[in-house]
Amino acid sequence: MAEKVLSMAEAIRRYVPDGSSVALGLALEPLIPFAAGHELIRQQRRDLTLIGPISDILFDQLIGAGCVGRVKAAWVGNVSEGLGYNYRRATEQGIPRGLEVEDYSNYSVGLALLAAALGVPYIPMRSLLGSDIARDHPAIRPAPSPLDGTPTLLVPALQPDVAIVHVQRADAEGRAHVWGGLGVCEEAALAARGVIYTAEEIVPSEVILSDPNRVLAPEMKTLAVVHAPGGAHPSPVQGYYNRDHAAFAEYHERSRTAEDFAEWLREWVMGQPDRASYLAHLGDERWRSLRAREQRLAAPVDYGY
Amino acid sequence: MSTAAGEYTPQELMVVCAARQIRDGEVVFVGMRLPLIAFALAKRTHAPTAVGLFENGLVRDTPSPELLLTMGDAPNILGAEWATRTVALMGLLAQGCAQLGFVGGAEVDRFGNLNTSYVGRREHPTVKLPGSGGGADIASLAGRLAIIMAHDRKRFPERVSYVTSPGYGDGGDWRERVGLPRGGPAAVITTLAVLGFTDDTHEMELRSWHPGGSPEGVRAQTGWDLRVAADATETPAPTADELRIIRECDPQGFWTR
Repeated sequence: MAEKVLSMAEAIRRYVPDGSSVALGLALEPLIPFAAGHELIRQQRRDLTLIGPISDILFDQLIGAGCVGRVKAAWVGNVSEGLGYNYRRATEQGIPRGLEVEDYSNYSVGLALLAAALGVPYIPMRSLLGSDIARDHPAIRPAPSPLDGTPTLLVPALQPDVAIVHVQRADAEGRAHVWGGLGVCEEAALAARGVIYTAEEIVPSEVILSDPNRVLAPEMKTLAVVHAPGGAHPSPVQGYYNRDHAAFAEYHERSRTAEDFAEWLREWVMGQPDRASYLAHLGDERWRSLRAREQRLAAPVDYGY
Repeated sequence: MSTAAGEYTPQELMVVCAARQIRDGEVVFVGMRLPLIAFALAKRTHAPTAVGLFENGLVRDTPSPELLLTMGDAPNILGAEWATRTVALMGLLAQGCAQLGFVGGAEVDRFGNLNTSYVGRREHPTVKLPGSGGGADIASLAGRLAIIMAHDRKRFPERVSYVTSPGYGDGGDWRERVGLPRGGPAAVITTLAVLGFTDDTHEMELRSWHPGGSPEGVRAQTGWDLRVAADATETPAPTADELRIIRECDPQGFWTR
């Protein structure tokens, strides 16, 4: 089977052109592909449509860097600190550019991706009835159930061009193991035209194939696998490292003004050619303090026959 | 604020009030921020068999061993009963499996509708708030909704300019008319008071004011002529036990100081 391992720069160059719709931050607070997002910023992508459930500061960074034209998401901000200043500047003042916002909730964006994953035009739901999210949404539409006439909202399928998913481990052929709360990772990976995995570890295929139930989505969807240790920092990766709460607080302070954000961006993104140099800039001591302190291995499962 | 049990902060009192909303044995859709610690407090006091659902895809029947800043923090996953997909958990909520859900809000109105999206016109907002997250789903689908808010006149307008999360609409049987399957706000826990909703019109009313405050003080910080329940009283202060557990859960006071 063909190897799909690429460098981060090459994977982003090849598979995420200007104007792409990109699903990311799909596990909610953990496993956010910051390394991939920072590469999008360095390559100065423009007019991206970002798709996701809640987004913990990566959307805010991409918006502040001018990469984004449209957001289809349930929440954009900083989970432990509050608002996202770049999101506010873009929507309130058009800085650095105006932003089209399609509001979802976590359930409705999950159903929109699931509809695409199932190959159906829409999924009906009863959440959001009577809300202004439903009233103002350009695609969600009210319709009585044809079966019993009760009110429902039809959530149309949403197919991202590409989903970027950070995982614990993947093999070179493009199969990934991920564990913890999955958010909408599975729906997005199945819905997207293709998936880029950024992985803490690239492991032999035997490791992945020893536990096929833990594989997120079939290899036929995989565009590329990128070895990106530390690639989700400051978000957590179960079994590898914890959330760097202080980094979210620092970002909050340092993104209050556009000028401060530009300085933050120079220091942490434009000034770092890749994730290895980012982690070096973070410093050994801080990085070590975030690493998982003890192993908590699951019991093996027996696939024998 | 202080009590026989010692000094406490408004946030600690809010956590206690939120925890008291959880009944033993209930399935609770736990939201972001203060409810994360309220769930842990309830589990360790009066609701040991409550079960928590977390929208990132977790079910827990034990409190997290460490303070959570987000529901996706690593300690919340270790020891979970189930780690799964958001849609699977939201599906349980949609079926009616969660008796109680928590949300926070930036603005709440007379009928418990919440705005966490746009202050001002949607096309040109004066403040763009982060949005729904799972809040609008919890408000739509949980058996009862508990809202956690800072309390001032700006945050308590008579009518919110944008309904992110539906409460009782314009009151009465509005939820039924729009097709929401159940639920609605049961409590609004604020920095000043605990409020509830009347049975028929579903209008907000004052149920208890926090120690040191008064019904007049709460009414002065509310943007309409707030009703006061006939049996309204002072909010019972936290017990020594509740304060001890909160401080064990949040020793640095990240959420509670």
